[in-house]
Amino acid sequence: MEWDVRGIVFDLRKYSVHDGPGIRTTVFLKGCPLACLWCHNPESQSFWPELLHRPSSCIGCGACIAACPEKALAPSPDGGVILDRKRCILCGACCRACVADALEMAGKSLSVAEVMATVREDVLFYDQSGGGVTFSGGEPLSQPAFLAALLRACRGEEIATAVDTSGYAPSETLLAVAELADLFLYDLKHMDSRRHEEVAGVPNELILENARLLSDRNVPLWIRIPLIPGINDDERNLCDTGAFVTTLQSVRKVSLLPYHPSGRDKYRKLGRTYALSSLATPSSEEMERAAELLSRSGLSVTIGG
Amino acid sequence: MNERVKRLRHLSFETAPSFSAERAVLVTEFYRENAGRYSVPVLRALNFKNLCEKKTIYIGEDELVVGERGPAPKAVSTFPELTCHSVEDLEVLNTRSMQRYLVDPKDVELYRNVVIPYWQGRSMRDRAFAEIPQGWKDLYEAGLFTEFMEQRAPGHTSLDGTIYRKGMLDFKKEIAEARAALDFLNDPEATEKDEELKAMGISCDAAILFAERHAALAEEMAASEKDPLRKEELLQIARVCHHVPAHAPRTFWEALQMYWFVHLGTITELNGWDAMSPGHLDQHLAPFYEAETAAGTLDRDCAKELLSCFWIKVNNTPAPPKVGVTAAESGTYNDFTNINLGGLRPDGSDGSSEVSYIVLEVMDELRLLQPQGNVQVSTKTPDRLLKAAGRVIRNGLGYPSLFNADVVVMEQVRVGKTPEDAREGGTSGCVETGAFGKEAYLLTGYLNVPKVLELVLNNGTDPLSGKKIGMETGDPRTFASFDDLYAAFEKQLAFVVDTKIQVNNYLERMYARYAPAPFLSVVIADCIEKGKDYYNGGPRYNTTYIQCCGIGTVTDSMSVLKKHVFEEKTVPMETLLGALAKNWEGEEQLRLFAFNRTPFYGNDDDYADGIMRRVYDSLFRTIDGKPSTKGDTYHLNMLSTTCHIYFGKKLGATPNGRFAHLPESDGTSPSHGADRKGPTAVIKSLGKMDQIKSGGTLLNQRFLPSVLAGEEGLEKLAQLVRSYFRLGGHHIQFNVVDTETLRAAQKTPLEYRDLLVRVAGYSDYFVDLDIHHQEEIIARTAQEGF
Repeated sequence: MEWDVRGIVFDLRKYSVHDGPGIRTTVFLKGCPLACLWCHNPESQSFWPELLHRPSSCIGCGACIAACPEKALAPSPDGGVILDRKRCILCGACCRACVADALEMAGKSLSVAEVMATVREDVLFYDQSGGGVTFSGGEPLSQPAFLAALLRACRGEEIATAVDTSGYAPSETLLAVAELADLFLYDLKHMDSRRHEEVAGVPNELILENARLLSDRNVPLWIRIPLIPGINDDERNLCDTGAFVTTLQSVRKVSLLPYHPSGRDKYRKLGRTYALSSLATPSSEEMERAAELLSRSGLSVTIGG
Repeated sequence: MNERVKRLRHLSFETAPSFSAERAVLVTEFYRENAGRYSVPVLRALNFKNLCEKKTIYIGEDELVVGERGPAPKAVSTFPELTCHSVEDLEVLNTRSMQRYLVDPKDVELYRNVVIPYWQGRSMRDRAFAEIPQGWKDLYEAGLFTEFMEQRAPGHTSLDGTIYRKGMLDFKKEIAEARAALDFLNDPEATEKDEELKAMGISCDAAILFAERHAALAEEMAASEKDPLRKEELLQIARVCHHVPAHAPRTFWEALQMYWFVHLGTITELNGWDAMSPGHLDQHLAPFYEAETAAGTLDRDCAKELLSCFWIKVNNTPAPPKVGVTAAESGTYNDFTNINLGGLRPDGSDGSSEVSYIVLEVMDELRLLQPQGNVQVSTKTPDRLLKAAGRVIRNGLGYPSLFNADVVVMEQVRVGKTPEDAREGGTSGCVETGAFGKEAYLLTGYLNVPKVLELVLNNGTDPLSGKKIGMETGDPRTFASFDDLYAAFEKQLAFVVDTKIQVNNYLERMYARYAPAPFLSVVIADCIEKGKDYYNGGPRYNTTYIQCCGIGTVTDSMSVLKKHVFEEKTVPMETLLGALAKNWEGEEQLRLFAFNRTPFYGNDDDYADGIMRRVYDSLFRTIDGKPSTKGDTYHLNMLSTTCHIYFGKKLGATPNGRFAHLPESDGTSPSHGADRKGPTAVIKSLGKMDQIKSGGTLLNQRFLPSVLAGEEGLEKLAQLVRSYFRLGGHHIQFNVVDTETLRAAQKTPLEYRDLLVRVAGYSDYFVDLDIHHQEEIIARTAQEGF
């Protein structure tokens, strides 16, 4: 039975108001084949659960040290704990012991039934506002069976759905999912494939091709373009992006999203370094300029969600 | 804002509130001369007339709507016959850093030599406290409840449309008819009724006289006025004051002035809690606006200017300062005039009109402390009005607050009011439901529900003082199950509520007998017909409310006890009680275990929400339906105003991980930091409370400005509100401000003097709040939206 299909989910957010129409719940599926330099959800990239460590919440009680079967945790000189990620087997014992929530597992295995139990709680808000559920990530298409089962479950309960995707997935997977979803939030990061590979880890041909396929089948699309200063905000790329989007027939909305360094802290909690540590949010003038370049081919562009 | 309104606003905003002994001296002289010569109602009416005859009359430059309670804008009258300030009180008021009232040394001398010597032992407060039993005082001093009537007269009054259809001369005719119909042969109360009606008639004359004095002053000023435009305005003011309140108003201007004279009359006669409110002001003014704009005698700008002038008048009237004050107890200048917009007409149709939109513009432009407004949102209310309200809310003023008009009607129909009366009713003060113009719905004080649990956990002893003040409900270590604990809680609750009600009833009789309000009685339906005072069951409906505080704190605390102590047995009762007694010192791990590993109210979690429902149900059964002394009954109300901060100070550490003396949860909002799943989960939890059984609930939500940006943000706010109201929510209000702004305002208050924030059922200037209130607002969960 499909209710038992399981996937790795790293977050479930209610009152999501920037991921599609109306008031929504966003289900974040873990794992992504891309590795965008600016990724603000670094905990979404790996396909496995990961341990988040927030030293600022630690009260130094030592409960985690006692709980860890692998001795991956040790007292630190400042009264907190040191985490040796090489020893950690991600069993989660420390997280259960940590009442301060200074240690937390990002990502857990949930069944369709479990996800739907949360999704269902806010049906009234979807009904009232024309909202629904957005499946985001990571890259939700990287867990295609789980995603399809979730979409079918939503359809069975007449809950509207959106899939927030990078478009980087086998075309047949994408098209199968497209049969089940009401809307795609589709990211376009760079029009030059080589540059795309440099900043996002993969080339863009498949992404552009998939966008065309969705358009040909008249699947409603909201195109979302993150504006990353110095990476994709040059005139040529913005004009090319605009020109490409005008060739797609089923686009309902084009949004330009300002880069935000809000994920910076999460890298630290994961014990990783952030490549764009000195990058600032584009000013509203820069956003206006970029929107103007994008709309030269006749598009109507929204700044922000 | 035009130039006139800018100047008037500036004056109102910049003038510091001051204390005026004028009323106190006039009342003292009057009583010294006349007490004992007349029946009490007639004495009160003559006292009111004496004030209307002798008080200083003020008409300021630029003004169109005229009249002040005190001798000048923001000069506050006092009411020594109810509660008499001591010389020390006046010193505190004059010197405290927050919510200061300037006191002239001459007034201190008048108090010392004239006012205090007469009223000491004679004021309502002194007389009441002399009779109140020690058991009540113990609970009161421990912070189990407050008592409204020890500071001010009972109030929370709003008006319906009557005064726009009848003038004082019309009322006088009705009074004469009622007197003529008295049956002295068969009605043992006929004499009392006659005295009350006589008093009402005198009050009508007093109000007319008060207006005529303004007319005379305006004519006098006009005679020497050089500017021909202003001269004509002054003559127009005089014409308006000759007409109202003697007669029913004919124009938009007269309608506003009519209301304002009635408002001033009621707050000069007595100082009822929550000044006075016009109720559905937009509905009352719409017929005048529509007729006059059609006839071409008024345009939108003029209407807006008049409304602005009226708004400033209300702002000129700060709340009377409390007695027995301490420097820390600052309170607010706000006197809670809360104007209802939108909603339903008595016939059930949508009540919004162009006037509703003009009022929202006035609120947004003036950004004044008073009056505050709310929008009554029914299923029939157009989205346009809700969005117009959202635009003001988004600007961060904290108002208008939003009410569910359909639920407000159901709450009233549940307790036996007619649908028409219920629809013409609404909410006043913070969130309190009443049938405007037809009801005395008196608030009697707040109930500290978490403190009741604290007494249970200490077998009737207040751990803060070590005194045994409650009922002995058993040693909690001997309770075998959560149900045992809960049974003890219900017993303790009944004990505390009964103690409070006994004294309420006594005070209710005191007011009925010694401080009737004959002028107010004139304008409240059925008082004339019954020949009975507003405080004595005269109105058509007579609700007595007790306001329950801290539902979030008590629910979460019980959830910790139920889950960890009784069900999972991970924490022995002894350990938990020990940690509470030490205020969690050295017990941070246990505290965080309680705080982070327990289902809490506000997360759409049935475990916690089930406890909330159980507590709510107990409160309802303990309070609702108890007889008052006015032929009606008690109901519960679920608001805290700022009392959750005071009650928190009187409360030790609580099982939900809260430290001693910190604020409790406010209104029906979740505890600080307990709600972790966003606003929809909060709303779902609140939706599980059967709110129509209360006389009002209060939900505070704090949003970051980014969530409400753009038309889409506004739309989603509107849908969130509609969703809550579909779930049966009574009220929701928003602070739209980020923490950085609030912190900056703490650092440089002078730059943020007009930063209004939602405190409780009202907004206040952030920099006028004391540090506890400021921190409490910052501690509220900021909803981000993802």
